[in-house]
Amino acid sequence: MQTENIVQLKDISVTFDGETVLDNLSLDIKDKEFITFLGPSGCGKTTTLRLIAGFLEPDTGDVIFEGKKINGVPAYKRQVNTIFQRYALFPHLNVYENVAFGLRVKKLPNDQIKEKVTEMLKLVNLSGLEKRSIDTLSGGQQQRVAIARAIANHPKVLLLDEPLAALDLKLRKDMQKELKKIQEQLGITFIFVTHDQEEALTMSDRVVVMDGGKIQQVGTPQDIYNEPQNAFVADFIGESNIVDGVMLKDYYVEFSGAKFDCLDKGFEMNELVDVVVRPEDVDIVPVDKGMLTGVVTSVSFLGVHYEIIVDIGGFKWMIQTTDEHFVDDKVGLYIEPDAIHIMKKSEYSGLYGDYSSYSEEIDHLSDPEEVAE
Amino acid sequence: MNKKSFGNKLVACPYIVWSAIFIIVPLVIMAYFALTDANGVFTLANLASLGRYKKAFAISIVYAVISTVITLLLAYPMAYFMTKLKISSQKMIMMIVMLPMWMNFLIRTYSWISILANTGIINTVLGKLGIGPLKLINTPGAVILGMVYDFIPYMILPIYSVMSKIDNSLLEASDDLGANAFNKFKRVIFPLSRPGVISGITMVFVPSVSTFYISQKLGGNKTMLIGDTIEYFYNSGPDYYNIASAISLILMVLIMLSLFVMNRFTNDESGGVVI
Amino acid sequence: MKALSRLYIALILFFLYAPVLVMIFFSFNSSSSVWVFEGFSLDWYLSLISNSTMLGALKHTLVIAVLSAVISTVLGTAAAVGIMAIRSKLANKLIMATTNIPMMNADIVTGISLMFLFVFVGKLIGLSESLGFVTVLIAHITFNLPYVILSVLPKLKQTDANLHEAALDLGCTPVKAFFKVILPSISTGIATGMIMAFTLSLDDFVISYFTCGDYQTLPIIIYNMTKKSVTPDTYALSTLIFIVIFLLLIFYNMVSSKAERKAAKRRF
Repeated sequence: MQTENIVQLKDISVTFDGETVLDNLSLDIKDKEFITFLGPSGCGKTTTLRLIAGFLEPDTGDVIFEGKKINGVPAYKRQVNTIFQRYALFPHLNVYENVAFGLRVKKLPNDQIKEKVTEMLKLVNLSGLEKRSIDTLSGGQQQRVAIARAIANHPKVLLLDEPLAALDLKLRKDMQKELKKIQEQLGITFIFVTHDQEEALTMSDRVVVMDGGKIQQVGTPQDIYNEPQNAFVADFIGESNIVDGVMLKDYYVEFSGAKFDCLDKGFEMNELVDVVVRPEDVDIVPVDKGMLTGVVTSVSFLGVHYEIIVDIGGFKWMIQTTDEHFVDDKVGLYIEPDAIHIMKKSEYSGLYGDYSSYSEEIDHLSDPEEVAE
Repeated sequence: MNKKSFGNKLVACPYIVWSAIFIIVPLVIMAYFALTDANGVFTLANLASLGRYKKAFAISIVYAVISTVITLLLAYPMAYFMTKLKISSQKMIMMIVMLPMWMNFLIRTYSWISILANTGIINTVLGKLGIGPLKLINTPGAVILGMVYDFIPYMILPIYSVMSKIDNSLLEASDDLGANAFNKFKRVIFPLSRPGVISGITMVFVPSVSTFYISQKLGGNKTMLIGDTIEYFYNSGPDYYNIASAISLILMVLIMLSLFVMNRFTNDESGGVVI
Repeated sequence: MKALSRLYIALILFFLYAPVLVMIFFSFNSSSSVWVFEGFSLDWYLSLISNSTMLGALKHTLVIAVLSAVISTVLGTAAAVGIMAIRSKLANKLIMATTNIPMMNADIVTGISLMFLFVFVGKLIGLSESLGFVTVLIAHITFNLPYVILSVLPKLKQTDANLHEAALDLGCTPVKAFFKVILPSISTGIATGMIMAFTLSLDDFVISYFTCGDYQTLPIIIYNMTKKSVTPDTYALSTLIFIVIFLLLIFYNMVSSKAERKAAKRRF
């Protein structure tokens, strides 16, 4: 069965020194899926990973593995393996012995260990480096040794704790593809932790967005990007303009002083909502054809497109366009119904999605053009 | 490689001159004394006569080895258990361990006489229980006890400091890869703590093999160690400086040899640590 | 397991402190025995104050410790800076090997070889008594130097080379750049080295024994006392030293933990 749950977390709470790190968290992880915990630092994603690895016990709640409760089972008896943030390779052992570590502990015969280690090193493209000592390896090579060491044990679940954070951009992109490939080849569950939304969207089958020790949204990368459940998710994944709106009736919403057709329904009459419009979904048109009008307050050229900030009634919108505009131009905005996404009000409402303090904070990793593919 | 420099290399000159005069030259003079007689005439008689002190050398080495082994056996678990405590407790215990090192070791050694003497504390307590008196003082055991006691902080310190620097993620990695507590110790903790063990061994062995106070106070002058022999000739006046030099020279060679052997143990992997 | 390990730590600490406790206990003895307690008195402490040899030796010890710590810190810091600038690998190795000798060698060998040098030179220039204040000071500086160098060198290696260049770039002369930028960044290493030098010098017995002549330091006096039968005044003296060091350590810890807390706060 493809959809059998391999790991289940039930009502898990964890506190450190009186501070809540995980707040009543529940999640089912399916066998053979690539699932990513995504969130800012301190959101509880690494804590969740450590619960599954067995380095940490929950205060309340259960960790379930293949249907059996594994609370209290020590890490060395769990059928999961971890790739640590800074790899945690043993400095006193060479490449071969690092990969062989788990097999030696299991007391496998030497010829089997040799076969297995050779196979693993081949899988991660490190054949020939067996005798090298760890500190002579580059960051990327160390990363590969860490992968080989973890999967040599044939775990049913591989836990990856921000494994690519220490690599440079180019290498990171290569490793993303390679990890995905290895996951498909091995056919096991990968649980990946990152704060990098692009990484999460490109690699995962499902993404778990976390903040404040709670799951904000679980879904496919497309769901998460196109249908964010609240202002936090909308803002964390890509760029968003988030404005207050009123749902006048099904498929009809009012915001920024104008009324729009949209594709959302199921809200109460005149319910206050958050409206998300992605910067790339807004078209700039002549003022007379615009649904909204505003004044350009800043323009930056990013190569693929321009990023311009438009002031509409005091609220600053970010718009991405390939046409050039100039500061103080008066422009009209046109928004298609399918570009409008309506969210219920949440504790995050009003915190995100306004670009009034925007100062050209260019972040390659959060470039939604790339993500949208 | 681009080497860093924050000043002129000439500022090292005073030290280089100093170390030449006060480190190298004294050893040269010592060798000169060892190879001449009282009149400054070259002779091998001093070295040839060393056969007479075979026993002192042998006992010194045996005592030093025994006390180093005991010290290691006592200190290693101590250092290991310390790393399991809260950081604040670790710091406090470190202080407590180091505190006696700053007290005069002569007095600390001497206090053992109060404890071990025939009418001392242990025998008084035993006497009240109707046992004894036991002969504790002026025995080889008392000398070894003195060595272990005086030098155990030098074993605890380097082992602890190496062990406490072991990255916790390495221990988690070994758990993660299926190692139980025994395997974790055997395959990760012990190999990684080895540099600390090596420097602890040298820091205990060298003063043990060359001590001349502990044996006099706790051994009752019955056991002459190398250190005692050197001190004896030193006190016998300038006529005996040649033989004292010869013994010191051999002692130094012995120590350098054992350090060399110990260093071979560290250098094959992971690099040595000097503390 | 936890309870057992705590018991073990406690036993080792007891082993370390048993003689110290015995010493403190008998320093209050009213008789002159150091193993039969006859009654409480402070007589031994009072007699210390009037013991001029002891006070003289204390003065000698402090003079030697302060002077040798300061001189070896200056020489050693300069040496470390110079060593960093030496590019020849061979020269570097030779210097470090020489530096290691006094640390690795047995104190008795260091002491007696220095004594030979002093006596040899003394004979050459016709001194009747070649050992004294100068020789014991030289000996202490010599065995302190390696510790200073080895605490300063790692700090220098950690210091960002750009710091020095930045200071030069901003118009400092090389000497000024060193004092304004490099010295502050290695100051903890220098302080550690100086403290180590000071305590090593305070505590040294073996090397002083061979090099001090009539300039007797406290450990030498204590050695001479323990040669005859020991009376509790030695214990009283050591108890006082113990208390002073104990208080210093507590003070040091309070200061450093306060500094740590401040640093931790600044991070937020």
